[in-house]
Amino acid sequence: MTATLAATSAATETDAVVRMSGVRKVFGHGPRAVTALDGIDLAVAPGEFVCLLGASGCGKTTVLNMIAGLDRPSSGDIELTTTRPAVMFQEAALMPWLTAARNVELPLRLAGVKRTERRARTLELLDLVRLGGAGDKRPHELSGGMRQRVALARALASALQGNNGEASSLLLMDEPFSALDAITRDVLQGELLRVWEATGTAVVFVTHDVREAVRLGQRVVLLSSKPGRVVQQWSVADAPEAELTEEINGRLREVISSHAAA
Amino acid sequence: MPRPDTVAAPADSVGAGLDALDTPVAAGRQRRLLRAVVAPVIALTLVVAVWQFLWSRAYWPEYQLPAPLDVWRQITRIVGTGEVWEFLWVSVHRAVIGFLISLAVATPLGLLLAKVPLVRAAIGPLISGLQSLPSVAWVPAAVLWFGLNDAAIYTVVLLGAVPSIANGLVAGIDQIPPILPRVGKVLGAGRFDTARHILLPAALPGYLAGLKQGWAFSWRSLMAAELIATSPALGFGLGQYLHNAMALSDMSMVIAGILLIFFVGVGIELLVFRPLERAVLRSRGLGAL
Repeated sequence: MTATLAATSAATETDAVVRMSGVRKVFGHGPRAVTALDGIDLAVAPGEFVCLLGASGCGKTTVLNMIAGLDRPSSGDIELTTTRPAVMFQEAALMPWLTAARNVELPLRLAGVKRTERRARTLELLDLVRLGGAGDKRPHELSGGMRQRVALARALASALQGNNGEASSLLLMDEPFSALDAITRDVLQGELLRVWEATGTAVVFVTHDVREAVRLGQRVVLLSSKPGRVVQQWSVADAPEAELTEEINGRLREVISSHAAA
Repeated sequence: MPRPDTVAAPADSVGAGLDALDTPVAAGRQRRLLRAVVAPVIALTLVVAVWQFLWSRAYWPEYQLPAPLDVWRQITRIVGTGEVWEFLWVSVHRAVIGFLISLAVATPLGLLLAKVPLVRAAIGPLISGLQSLPSVAWVPAAVLWFGLNDAAIYTVVLLGAVPSIANGLVAGIDQIPPILPRVGKVLGAGRFDTARHILLPAALPGYLAGLKQGWAFSWRSLMAAELIATSPALGFGLGQYLHNAMALSDMSMVIAGILLIFFVGVGIELLVFRPLERAVLRSRGLGAL
């Protein structure tokens, strides 16, 4: 690991938006219990973009679910210093009976924000994801990429809610672009980076695509499978993208082939 | 270097182009409307033509197969004297009240069945069983319990409609994609907010289907009850009209009664439930009604 990475880790000691220490997750009990995660230590700094990378079965989604509060660790601690983390799933999961704008508004409604403020915030967020003109459309009238952008706006509405500059926000993304075609995925990756820079929210992005991880993340965390452990971390600023992709790919292959031997 | 202007094509214009290419196109509706009106009219005309033909060949005596025109005269007669409005009012207002009571009973029952496993295990099969039991079977019991009065009639209507509506709501809730309540949870919805903002709207199509069926059942049960339980105290509804026709052995009056019952049932479905269902499904991009 490099000096840059050590420096980032040191910074997160003081003010992390989320800090997982010794997190273990076991599904089921008795002889048929499966250890999904074993001793995960991970801290994310405010505004940092972290990619969790791993093959299937490495518990990436479990990590995300536990940060989101959808699941509890069997042991270990998860500390959050943010407002409620927002989650984006692989599918947009928009409410089909609401228009795009109403979908974005939903978290604000649930939080009891006043109507006029809600509307204004929704318009801003839709503009941010370049869907200013599509607010009145229903989800089925939008393309897959547009739906995923509405979901991004909704997640941002939820993440930035109640955040007047004091608390930092956190966006959790679970392979949000993996169901999209390659061109749309490419465009949306660019959009996500732009939105991340504009909002300054911290992002934990789960993916199994090394190139995606290297393109998006400031830090890439490789998890092993069954049980999930942190294998290695890379700071993306350290090396040229192509080289780093190559290196991480190699390491990922090693991790995967170790399962064939076992 | 490859052509730099191509490489530097601004991301937002690529995105806008993708949006334009990928957005689903809505289909036209004029032809659909034409088909919805013209096709049933043609079918109806054919039925009347066959009927008229069979009658003109006199295969059956008049008291078994009356002329279409005689039936038409029966209907215009009671419309002319104004009696028809009394029949309709007595029956329809009973059916509507019965339906509304069923709605009020079945909705909380359906929510309980869907969300409390113990309740579902205990009375779920019973409710489904009731749905397949013809509610006319309850008429003798209801008359013995309550006597020949409105209470007996509403009992029969409720036993017919409540299971359909409750089961419709259960089916609607069961079919909600599990991702939606999860999204609700991560967006900060509590139990009550989840029910109000996510579960109920998501279950609406199934619930509406249940309501539609519930209406059909309450109308059917009401007619069965009126037909069997006749008494001056009960007023004069369509069921009693049909009952009288049978007593008078007047086949054209019998057919007129059946037609009136049919048109009320279909009419309410077409005027109330179909537009409601269509609006709900269309707004979600479902169904080709």
